[in-house]
Amino acid sequence: MRRRGFLAAGFAGFLAGCDRIAQSARGGDLLRAAEGWHKTAQRALNPPGALAPEFTRADISPFFRGNGTINPTNGDYQAHLAAGFADWRLRVTGLVERPLELSLAELRALPQRTQITRHDCVEGWSAIGEWTGPQLAALLDAAGVLPAARFAVFRCADELDGAMYYESVDLVDARHPQTIVAHSLNGAPLPVRNGAPLRMRIERQLGYKHAKYLTGIEMVSSLDGIGGGRGGHWEDRGYQWYAGI
Amino acid sequence: MRRHTLTTRLWHWLSLPCLVVLFMSGLNISNAHPWLYWGEWGFAPEHAWIALPRFPEWMTIPGRYSLAQARAWHLLAAWPFALLLLFAWIAMLANRHFARDIATNRRDWRPRAVLADVRAHLRLDFDHAGHARGRYNFLQRLSYGLVLGVVLPGMIATGIAISPGMGPSFGWLVELVGGRQSARSLHFILAWGLFAFFVVHIALVLLTNPWRQLRDMVTGGRRDAA
Repeated sequence: MRRRGFLAAGFAGFLAGCDRIAQSARGGDLLRAAEGWHKTAQRALNPPGALAPEFTRADISPFFRGNGTINPTNGDYQAHLAAGFADWRLRVTGLVERPLELSLAELRALPQRTQITRHDCVEGWSAIGEWTGPQLAALLDAAGVLPAARFAVFRCADELDGAMYYESVDLVDARHPQTIVAHSLNGAPLPVRNGAPLRMRIERQLGYKHAKYLTGIEMVSSLDGIGGGRGGHWEDRGYQWYAGI
Repeated sequence: MRRHTLTTRLWHWLSLPCLVVLFMSGLNISNAHPWLYWGEWGFAPEHAWIALPRFPEWMTIPGRYSLAQARAWHLLAAWPFALLLLFAWIAMLANRHFARDIATNRRDWRPRAVLADVRAHLRLDFDHAGHARGRYNFLQRLSYGLVLGVVLPGMIATGIAISPGMGPSFGWLVELVGGRQSARSLHFILAWGLFAFFVVHIALVLLTNPWRQLRDMVTGGRRDAA
């Protein structure tokens, strides 16, 4: 009996220790450092331009689930929805030579990429869909990215948990061939739950990186001072900024 | 000669906290979406082959639902776990621990020999052939071999297959296991397989002079004293 009590106490102590490590400054740094090790290892093993697996039409899942915000009620989103997003604009700003402001028609007139990919949510589920839109790299080239720019910040129209949703990636993912500004899912305009009228596709990372209801792309040199400073809505709530894991 | 080499003991005790953290943070992650699927996709209960129970807080790290923190623990502990396993395999092949103590030969697999070993285990007689010389018996070799060669590497392989960032170079691995959701299902099944091994492992230690077993796994013990 005493032996069992000893084991239970040891186990409880182990759990309490885990909590203390997570709450200490150095423990928190260690937990975050592992994200960097994964990023380094994944990028070493997967060349910068290597593509995420693409599928055939037969593989498309019968439904594409929406998560997070599935119908924005803040701001003038509902008015834009009622107007068929005729006045929706995507702004490319920040550390660029020529800021851009593009309508949906202008985005559709650019060279398009269509890809059938698997979307992996951080919660664990997956869905497969066919996405179409211009490559982000083409927009960045048109705007002329300044050398000081290190991150692309995605600005969104939806408010979630009292904060405007936003996301960010570095230039490796921003310039990846499969990183597109999607306006279509399975050959039709994006449904509202999936981010109408525009959403990012960051195919080698988890779903929360794929910013929906996209209004702007801002090139920045640092993520400090944007939102909570960790590079994204969920990152500010403790999730990994590098979400290839 | 030592019963357990220093490398075996280091691997054993350093891997233990890693596996506890991985398992318990994994149960927290499971609570985020407690359905498992086969194939590449799956996102709703009607596609699931199993609906999992919600694992209570005393079973999870952290001790409350937090997908963000559980992932941080899981992704941290995966590193020492994987590197230790690699180290263990290199050591085990180099010092011939695998060939000498764990690998089975064709004679071990003769039905009569297997049956005899099973019967001896059912009688809780662990001092039959093999064990007297301080060697592992057939079922021991088989279970250690399966854990070291299949279950533990399988945890790493299925973990890689779940990671979207590994898709470009390791798409073949995802296909090998039948898709990302299959990899997730196998990750879960292997984790519980490992837990089952853990339970049997502890039970057999308790049945066979636990304090000597524990002492030998710490100090190394002596093979001829077994």
